[in-house]
Amino acid sequence: MTKVVVAMSGGVDSSVAAALLKQQGYEVVGMMLRLWSEPGREASNRCCTPDAMALARRVAAKLDIPFYVVDAKDVFRKTVVEYFLDGYARGETPNPCLICNRQIRWEFLLNHALALEADFMATGHYARTMKNESGRINLLRAVDKGKDQSYVLHVLNQEKLKRALFPVGDYTKSEIRKIAESFGLPTASRHDSQDLCFLAGEDYRNFLQRNAAEMLKPGQIVTRDEEVIGEHNGLANYTIGQRKGLRVSSAVPLYVLGKDAAANTVIVGTQDELGSRELIAKDVNWISDEAPNESFRAEVKIRYTAKEAEALVAPLGGGQVKVQFNAPQRDITAGQAAVFYQGDVLLGGGIIQ
Amino acid sequence: MDQVYLDYAATTPVDPRVLDAILPYFSVSFGNPSSVHRYGQQAEAAIESAREIVASALNCRADEVVFTSCGSESDNLALRGAALAMREKTGANRIVTSKAEHHAVSKTAEQLEKYFGFEVKWLDLDEHGMVQPQTIERAINDHTALVSVMYANNEIGTINPIREIAEVCHQQHVLFHTDAVQAAAYLPVDVQSLGVDLLSLGAHKFYGPKGVGALFVRKGTPLIPSQTGGGQENDLRAGTQNVPYIVGLAEALRLTVEEREQRIAHVQPLRDQIIVASLETIPDSRLTGHMESRLPNHASFAFKGVDGNLLLTLLDAADFACSSGSACKTGNPEPSEVMEAIGLSREWGLGSLRITLGVGTTAEQVDSFIKTLPLVIEKARKLSK
Repeated sequence: MTKVVVAMSGGVDSSVAAALLKQQGYEVVGMMLRLWSEPGREASNRCCTPDAMALARRVAAKLDIPFYVVDAKDVFRKTVVEYFLDGYARGETPNPCLICNRQIRWEFLLNHALALEADFMATGHYARTMKNESGRINLLRAVDKGKDQSYVLHVLNQEKLKRALFPVGDYTKSEIRKIAESFGLPTASRHDSQDLCFLAGEDYRNFLQRNAAEMLKPGQIVTRDEEVIGEHNGLANYTIGQRKGLRVSSAVPLYVLGKDAAANTVIVGTQDELGSRELIAKDVNWISDEAPNESFRAEVKIRYTAKEAEALVAPLGGGQVKVQFNAPQRDITAGQAAVFYQGDVLLGGGIIQ
Repeated sequence: MDQVYLDYAATTPVDPRVLDAILPYFSVSFGNPSSVHRYGQQAEAAIESAREIVASALNCRADEVVFTSCGSESDNLALRGAALAMREKTGANRIVTSKAEHHAVSKTAEQLEKYFGFEVKWLDLDEHGMVQPQTIERAINDHTALVSVMYANNEIGTINPIREIAEVCHQQHVLFHTDAVQAAAYLPVDVQSLGVDLLSLGAHKFYGPKGVGALFVRKGTPLIPSQTGGGQENDLRAGTQNVPYIVGLAEALRLTVEEREQRIAHVQPLRDQIIVASLETIPDSRLTGHMESRLPNHASFAFKGVDGNLLLTLLDAADFACSSGSACKTGNPEPSEVMEAIGLSREWGLGSLRITLGVGTTAEQVDSFIKTLPLVIEKARKLSK
């Protein structure tokens, strides 16, 4: 029998993923990651509270599948949390879910699944895979465009995709809830959350205050002309495009245009200074494993929640690409990913510099 | 191959003969032993007969046996009951116990310290996890209410010199309790030859049902009940007795005493094979606990650089059910107190593994386990890198 390890979180999506695979005749094993929490705040970690773990265990019992918890605290702290803190230290706005998917889910956990002699690993991500004519596996957007999570999976390659199953990607979220009900899964009515798991439901600034207070050094707020017009209370408190909370007096509304980590300054300007027509992305990953030689047109997404925008993607070598948009884009933010699509097909993506 | 159960120290299946003995007491002879009518008389007769069977196994009087709901409850009653009673009687306020006790003892001692004003003296172990009687002699003072040292350790299998410890206690006129929950399946539980004042048992460790235990209380031992109510169990443990399970405990203990030699002869050679083969074939491995003075069905190891939780996951996926002192189902491993007490570093202590055999263990299962374990350890080490 084909064996599949399902990465379970106690949420409805991964629970249904397990149920669907079981129904399709796979030998299903549930695995849950014990991720890192700040000492003393374990009970409010989004992904692996005792509650979530108990729920996942009940789902596994209901489906009559084995269930194991894997300790990933150290590796999560060393990779994901460090990445998060380093990103803010560089004046960026990091997206730790990307590194978690690459290093924790699709490396650490996948290795555990393979050690259990699994043929596949499945997650509750809304995304799809499909083999193309050349035998490569394409990564596609989910059927439910509103729930599509392919953005965070742009870090995968052929080797991982060969092992990957995304059973919920063919359904809409409301269908998934109905399927959960029809299986009688206890997670059917659990609500979604978008917060970072280790922030324990808090604002990330509180987390930084506790764990990297040195990052919250006050500095100057300057214009593009290097005119000092105010003081900021730490770079990490600001994101690109932010208007509120600048506490500077100005005749016109001012927005955060950029952050200079070396000078510890926040650069602000008016709304029309905000947009940019291009960006450079680094550490680009190509789903096909092969970097294109020539420029190509694509729809590019610059944040998990951003709308795609038409652009020309030009390879620069050294794992970098230049993305030129047809129209200026607001909120291009260093540390977030730029992900390239053609229709439903995800081609690749990299980290915005 | 089917799943192989190698975790008999965690619990055992109910012996079919025990199950047969239990069943009539659910819906046929279902009376309340405290009732006046004949239904009640039948039930009372059943538990009193069970008490005599247990008394004969322990070589004590029937009125020295108190039935409880489990081994942990027996430990709780012994510690809390004797500590409070001794303080009332003599003003004694010290409890002496070891660093490797089952939590039923250690957490009770901690509670007595935190909320009831007792002082707890924690005894060190030697590197084999054994409590040396001299350490007890030094720990006892004029105000000692009670000493509690387990008969055999659940995690590492080491058997303590209970008779010698009891002698030390009695020379100092101090009560001595032993948790024999893990030991009773294989070791003699003659309370006269052991010399103990209090001894805890739990039925499910020797092929009886879960949810029933017993406490031997030597005549004259002062004890304040921890559960109050009706006058059941000689006023020491209130609550309607669990008649079928008490019958089950007695039958299971009777069979255990009767068949002890055969059971040892069955498990010990298989256990020895596991120890010899594992230490020989697995690099950076060591036996935890005592080499000789250990439970005959018990093998326990530490493997350097292995996550015990992961080890159990991989073993279960390979169809072997084992146990580890550091593992927990929530994936939050910490070395157990026992591993720390025998001086293992974190690097070794996280990688503990316990294999415990029983009547259902076969030579084929052991062979197959011996072949699998080195591969699983190698896998686990790779993943931990």
